[in-house]
Amino acid sequence: MTAIFIQAFIYLVAAVIAVPIAKRLGLGSVLGYLIAGVVIGPVTHLVGKETVTIQHFAEFGVVMMLFLVGLELDPKKLWTMRNRLMGLGGLQVVGTAVIIMGIALLFGQPWSIALTIGLIFSLSSTAIVLQTFSEKGLNKTDGAENAFSILLFQDIAVIPMLALIPLLALPDLVAHADVLHATAEHHEELSLVAGLPNWAYGLVIIGSIAAVVAGGHFLSRPLFRYIANTGLREIFTATALLLVIGIAALMSLVGLSPALGTFLAGVVLANSEFRHELESTIDPFKGLLLGLFFITVGAGIDFSILWNEIGLICALTAGVMALKAGVLYVLARTFRIKGSDRWLVTLGLAQAGEFGFVLLGFTVQNNVLPPELAPVLSLVVALSMFLTPGLFILFEKVIRPRFEQKSNERGADTVDEPGTVIIAGMGRMGQVINRLLVTNGIKTVVLDYETYQVDLMRKIGTKAYYGDATQPGLLHTAGIENAAAIVVAIDHQESCVELVKHVRHTYPKIKIIARAFDRGQVYLLRQAGADIIESETYHTALEMGVQTLSAIGHHPFYAEQQKTAYKNIEAQQSDLLYEAWADDESGERFDQKFRQLFIELEKKIGEVMGKDKRGIHSLAEREWTPPPKGYTDDLES
Amino acid sequence: MDTKKVLVLYAHPSQHRSEVNRPLFKAAQQIEGVTAVDLYAEYPTFNMDIEKEQRRLIEHDVIIFQFPLYWYSTPAILKEWQDLVLEYGFAYGSEGTALKDKLFLCALTAGGKEEAYQTDGYLHFTIKELLHPITQMARLTGMHDLPPFVLFGSRTAAEENRIGLHIAQWQKLLRALTVNKIDPAAAQDAEQLNPFVEGVVL
Repeated sequence: MTAIFIQAFIYLVAAVIAVPIAKRLGLGSVLGYLIAGVVIGPVTHLVGKETVTIQHFAEFGVVMMLFLVGLELDPKKLWTMRNRLMGLGGLQVVGTAVIIMGIALLFGQPWSIALTIGLIFSLSSTAIVLQTFSEKGLNKTDGAENAFSILLFQDIAVIPMLALIPLLALPDLVAHADVLHATAEHHEELSLVAGLPNWAYGLVIIGSIAAVVAGGHFLSRPLFRYIANTGLREIFTATALLLVIGIAALMSLVGLSPALGTFLAGVVLANSEFRHELESTIDPFKGLLLGLFFITVGAGIDFSILWNEIGLICALTAGVMALKAGVLYVLARTFRIKGSDRWLVTLGLAQAGEFGFVLLGFTVQNNVLPPELAPVLSLVVALSMFLTPGLFILFEKVIRPRFEQKSNERGADTVDEPGTVIIAGMGRMGQVINRLLVTNGIKTVVLDYETYQVDLMRKIGTKAYYGDATQPGLLHTAGIENAAAIVVAIDHQESCVELVKHVRHTYPKIKIIARAFDRGQVYLLRQAGADIIESETYHTALEMGVQTLSAIGHHPFYAEQQKTAYKNIEAQQSDLLYEAWADDESGERFDQKFRQLFIELEKKIGEVMGKDKRGIHSLAEREWTPPPKGYTDDLES
Repeated sequence: MDTKKVLVLYAHPSQHRSEVNRPLFKAAQQIEGVTAVDLYAEYPTFNMDIEKEQRRLIEHDVIIFQFPLYWYSTPAILKEWQDLVLEYGFAYGSEGTALKDKLFLCALTAGGKEEAYQTDGYLHFTIKELLHPITQMARLTGMHDLPPFVLFGSRTAAEENRIGLHIAQWQKLLRALTVNKIDPAAAQDAEQLNPFVEGVVL
């Protein structure tokens, strides 16, 4: 146990120190994690061989990432991607693999090894690329979308590759390795499909995918609704993890890629009301696991082999990256990806990826590659991943500015989902506000923590999402970065204030319109930084007052004027009252001074409303007061 | 004898201080065949029901603006009423004939004395001249406009016991209108309608 704590501590400390520094220096978090890994691994030897085991575990971060990617893509969007997915992705994998295979053949490798190497290097790093895209806000660019198509195809292509590689096994290596293999038990994986005939295997695969899609569509929503209604956040988190892990387990059992399975589940859930909450729940896990994964990549670099073969490894890395970039550039040109986006695809995907490690491990295990070649290739993969953040910096600092200067034709990023107004709280108040905004053509994202309420809203065609708006992650996935305003209309008073405080602090420019329960909360919200605060009962009460005045015989217009006068006095005094309230350090918010001011306010309103006994017009009575009798005498003279 | 329906559109924003207009309005409500509408009561927030106002216009034959003169014009709501209700295609334009051949007049109270509202008086213009924009509105909408029915020196009318007489005259005018006893051609050139009403025999 102690050992685990110490190990976890080392990993975390390395990450906590290296990542913020890397980020500050503009290198991106991925490079930070990689450096952290190098420092605790090959440089200081604080961690050792266990990194490989941890890496397998951390690869689950990639699975989660694809689930999140799926959540962003609904089936319709995926269908529109099909050409790029098959065309761009397919050509990239096949083209790169064939060219690298050809080169390996030229260097005298047998064809099976050459093909394996080609396949390994045809893959890019989904983890690094997608993480970097979202970190640098490139997600919605054309280049990123094309890059994503390629990565998705690669992730799918891993499955047939894993099926193909054992067929390439070298006979003499098999004999040599049989003894070793028996001891390496941890590579023996559970499988439901081992020994099944091909047609049955096909049926099982189709059945599993159907199960994921149908389950995601029909079962997950009632389940999440049921869980959400219990109001237990941690159980919601557990359910979200259960979903992802369950699908990953099922996919592994039938020999499919877990990443593909969770991606499909994500796509199925992309239209559900739980989408934003799922995103914000899974996101931290994904982030940490990916971080861990990158650390293990860094830690796994074998310096002794690196120093011995430095020339070869550097040359291979440079060669592989140049070649991959070349293929990508040609394809990007062919598929008419323009301007800086073409370079984003070219440079962004030039590295080899984490699936390269997976394939390498698998090939050695299946006796396809000689054991002395694998570490060298592994270093090439790692090094190319290590260099990727550098290429992104090159893209960001050199290439993109050049294209941006050239043309500004591609205006602001098209934000299709994030609304221009976020409404937190879908009670009676939020509903009316939302209706007014939507009927005026304003896009809204509506959030509520009551599934019943969300269901109701969805039934009448409102885009409502389930989730706790006070969770920063949810606001992020709801698109607060692109929103012009947020309306805070949630019932829980303290949460309201907390939410306003958080939003004001994190997004200084957004307009915050908040609903207050009473006068005290008006001040709290004002202090928290809300731009506009409306007391929930104030206007209704005044309106009822006006109606009462009219009902008992006052002229309706007079009643209306008295209401306006009341409001004006209240507004004039509210600054004073707020300052008195804010000044009060004692924490007893309604102290002597405040009470005094409040009494003054009451008195002032009374004065304004009441008829002036001395015959001078009172304040509210200024309007439409006729001139004094006999005033014409002065005019005539 | 043919009868006419009379619509009084009354505008006074400060009625609890009214000495003349409110009693005039109350008196108008008593007369059969007269619909008296308090615009400020009906639209305290100026949120006007255009359809309803247009329906009212169609249903009546005589339209009267009743108001205290504010800065030589009507109180704001009567301007708003014209701006919103008298739409193109309803009140004017080739198909805007809803008001055609109706009678129109202003019944107003003015603070100044009659002598002041003269070319050589200190207010320089006659009431009729000051009401030109409204007269022109009536003409463009095809209505026959009558001279205004005026109470001058309204701030001291109560003290001088002139209100009772004015109300009686007002009621006589309204009755005469309902029974079509006012001949627009005959009244047209009078500066005010008041003396003309005196001569009408009901």
